[in-house]
Amino acid sequence: MNRRTILGTVAALTLATGLAGTALAQDTLKIGAVGPKTGPLAGGAEVSFWPNVQLWAHDVNAAGGIDVGGTKYMVEIIEYDDQTNPGETIKAVQRLATQDKADFVLAPYSTGLNIASAPIFQRYGYPMITHTAISDQIEDLSNKFPNMYFLLGGATGLAGGVVEVLSDMREAGEIGSTVAMVNVADAFGIELAEAARPRMAEAGFEIVYDNSYPLGTQDLSPVIKGAKAAEPDAFVAFSYPPDTFGLTEQAKIAGLAPKAFYTAVATAFPAYAGRFGAAAEGVLGAGGIHADGDAFKEYAARHMEVTGQAPDFWASAPTYASFQILQMAIEGAGTTDREKVAEYIADNSFDTIIGPIDWDENNANAKYWTVGQWQGGVFKGVASTGRDGAVAAMPKTGWE
Amino acid sequence: MDILITGLLLGGTYALIAMGLNLQYGIARIMNLANGEFLVAGGFAAFWFYTAGQVSPLLTIFIVAPLAFALNWLIYVVMLRPLVRRAKSRGQLEVDAILTTFGLSFLSVGVMLALFGGDYFSYSYLARPVQILGDTFALNRLTAAVAAVLICGGLWLWLNRSRAGMSIRAIAVAPDSARLVGIDVPRLSALAFALGGAVTAVGGSLISTFLTLDASTGVLFTLKALVIVIMGGVGDVRGTIVAALMLGLLETFVATVIDPGLTLAAAYLMFVLILLFRPQGLFGRKTA
Amino acid sequence: MSARDWQGLSISAVLLALAACLPLLGDDYYLTIGVTIAMYTVLATSWALFSGPTHYISLATAAFFGLGTYCTALGIENGLSYWMTLPIAAVLGALVAGLVGIATLRLSGVYFVIFTLGLSELVRQIVTWAQNVSGQKGLYVLTEITEAHIYWQLLGLGALVYLAGWAIGRSRLGFALRIIGDDEEVARHSGINTARAKVLLFMVSGATASVVGGMLAPRYIYIEPSTAFTPMLSFLVVIMALLGGVGRLWGPIVGVIPFTLLWEAISASFPNQTTLLLGFSFLVIVYLLPRGFVGLLEGLRRRVLQREAYA
Repeated sequence: MNRRTILGTVAALTLATGLAGTALAQDTLKIGAVGPKTGPLAGGAEVSFWPNVQLWAHDVNAAGGIDVGGTKYMVEIIEYDDQTNPGETIKAVQRLATQDKADFVLAPYSTGLNIASAPIFQRYGYPMITHTAISDQIEDLSNKFPNMYFLLGGATGLAGGVVEVLSDMREAGEIGSTVAMVNVADAFGIELAEAARPRMAEAGFEIVYDNSYPLGTQDLSPVIKGAKAAEPDAFVAFSYPPDTFGLTEQAKIAGLAPKAFYTAVATAFPAYAGRFGAAAEGVLGAGGIHADGDAFKEYAARHMEVTGQAPDFWASAPTYASFQILQMAIEGAGTTDREKVAEYIADNSFDTIIGPIDWDENNANAKYWTVGQWQGGVFKGVASTGRDGAVAAMPKTGWE
Repeated sequence: MDILITGLLLGGTYALIAMGLNLQYGIARIMNLANGEFLVAGGFAAFWFYTAGQVSPLLTIFIVAPLAFALNWLIYVVMLRPLVRRAKSRGQLEVDAILTTFGLSFLSVGVMLALFGGDYFSYSYLARPVQILGDTFALNRLTAAVAAVLICGGLWLWLNRSRAGMSIRAIAVAPDSARLVGIDVPRLSALAFALGGAVTAVGGSLISTFLTLDASTGVLFTLKALVIVIMGGVGDVRGTIVAALMLGLLETFVATVIDPGLTLAAAYLMFVLILLFRPQGLFGRKTA
Repeated sequence: MSARDWQGLSISAVLLALAACLPLLGDDYYLTIGVTIAMYTVLATSWALFSGPTHYISLATAAFFGLGTYCTALGIENGLSYWMTLPIAAVLGALVAGLVGIATLRLSGVYFVIFTLGLSELVRQIVTWAQNVSGQKGLYVLTEITEAHIYWQLLGLGALVYLAGWAIGRSRLGFALRIIGDDEEVARHSGINTARAKVLLFMVSGATASVVGGMLAPRYIYIEPSTAFTPMLSFLVVIMALLGGVGRLWGPIVGVIPFTLLWEAISASFPNQTTLLLGFSFLVIVYLLPRGFVGLLEGLRRRVLQREAYA
């Protein structure tokens, strides 16, 4: 065998096992990342998840690596596409644990994919700090999967935030008490609408139009026209990305312009302002962030520089923060022993780019942003369950 | 009245989605599962030209159409014609076409992903209200519907008035007899397939002005197109148009009057019922 | 039963026993792949039971799978034990399949294909709407069932499907079906109740897919319509069965195994080009193996036999 064939063989082997740089394994930590690159949720993951994986790895390695008990380890990311299919997520995490022998695995993207893979994270003792899982069963889940942490909040809080903002606006005399509410008939949309109804009633709001529409509806103009005919003071849509765009455009065309206009997922995406420009001003949406804070501004600038795209104003920063927590816990525990790292996460609070994080009795971050609003080209947090930096919501003044 | 116009506009959208597949399936006999990916590709072209160079999607279609035509012609000649040749029966061809175009759809998603990422591509074009008979409609939807009328009308005229069109219809009805009377079946099949691809891509460009697409959404459009083509009857332009309009009207009616949550359920219910009473689709011929 | 039958049965039993040992190896990675293979084998084989002899391509697998998933999830939520929900899923699947079967008797060819596709979407839409109206929150299936349990259950179900397929092949029903596949007119003239034969088989395949859905529910834990009713599942089942070859009872499994392994190899090695390469390898298979893996294997066997004959 001449040198060339040997090299070729080695190259082929490295490629086949997907373990580029095996020889350096002593100085690197292998971190797995699983998420949709294709399938229905790929669009969202390309905004909130994948760029942050890239940014975090870049940041860690640029700083010389993760400090584990005095030794610096560079991180090596092993990415897998789960095609938005829970079966594939399970397989990929399993593969990371047993074939790639990943030291840690980042939590996957979206509620369903996180929960489906939670048993595997649990079995291998991987701490699972979820950044995009929203559930109202956090208590049951954290009992069953003690390694699972929730950063983004729950449906109850998100819906409660909407009611809170509307109440404040009503108190300021900006809107009346009638609300038109629609939701996408899929898991998250249903949960939010269900959580919102009793709270609206309690706060004395009258729901004058209440309907759902199926995922993948191609024309939302009947929904908007129906809502408009009810002449609401506020419009609330618990929507998914494609319909958030569709509803907004239809509202703009049909002239549905209440003082409070809320759409849920994707309102916080930069593409939203990109598409609607000045018309986005005053639109309320799910999430939000302390956008004027230095921590976020600095993060957004790095995000732009490293990934070439802007972060969104909701899940992006918590996603990055969840990776930060993992890093801090490894450094704090001073070991790559997963059990010790998990213990460290449970026992400590963390100072991240979204502010201090500590856990409640269900391993959840109880302080999260619930509602944001486009103000002057930036989506600013207007309501939260205890975060600093909220600005007052202002009434929307038409679409022009 | 409002329901009628909104429904017709939506029907126009559906006609754009389904017309290309009707040509490909009805005449070239290829059940093209990659059809939706070409629609998305057309949409992406419009998005790219608009955001990069402020080129109106209405002009982009004149670039998209010949490109898609050439690409689909190539696909037919290189990939699908061997299948047509080796197939012993219609059923065999159907199976082979499903397998091949399913692979092709994966391939196209992969290519699009590599070329322009998995992000949503959404932009605002002609998102202005227009007044028709006192009600407000979106100008971009109206434009798409007008384009649908032009395209479908053009196709219908071409199929019914021109010599090539007649031959193509002959193939749709009786491929074996068509060969006997001297019609160049392989060439015209390729032509129909390529034309179908071009129509689909143009439809995608127009639709992208009001729908938010991403690289993985193609399959949704393929499903819808299949349902419409089958409901109307395979290989019949009229059938597809009528089915598309019916679907648009029904969905709008249900959304406005009954419950928007039931629009798609109603659409599929209508599809199921139509097939129960007209197993060959609305305009389909009873063939073996 | 002939000696040949006994031979076939004992070989199958040995293979099954070997497969059942997989979880004992203790490698969870292979177990996970095993679950995927077992799931698609059961789905594709039961699909081929109906579609093989009748040449009716059904894209309704997702509808039955989703029904079963929801059946188990709702059952557990309402206090039923997991084991109770599986028979309910089976009965429900069979019932729906029976109704659909009767309704679609007049359809042929591609009209049947797309009808089943539309039907899947209809079922999904109704389930989603009902979930919304009833204010049902997210559905969680939190159980103590592990991957190994799911794997064994699927193997058991697979064994049942094979037995059923084998029994049908030997029965009057199987004979009837083969004639229908060849020529429905002839079948009808020779006094075969083609309608009943078709509906019965469709029910078997619907019930099986429904039970598989129920068995997989504890694996997904969080049940949402978009994953339970994903149209991709229907397509994949058809593709794998066709790649294997539907003319033989063992056809689908020889399609499922290489397909799953190939899928796994590609997703593991090329995370950024998974879809692209899957599509590409797909096309290569279709062109190189016009008669599926069954054709390939039988060709090899024939060649070996011929060589022996000359030797």
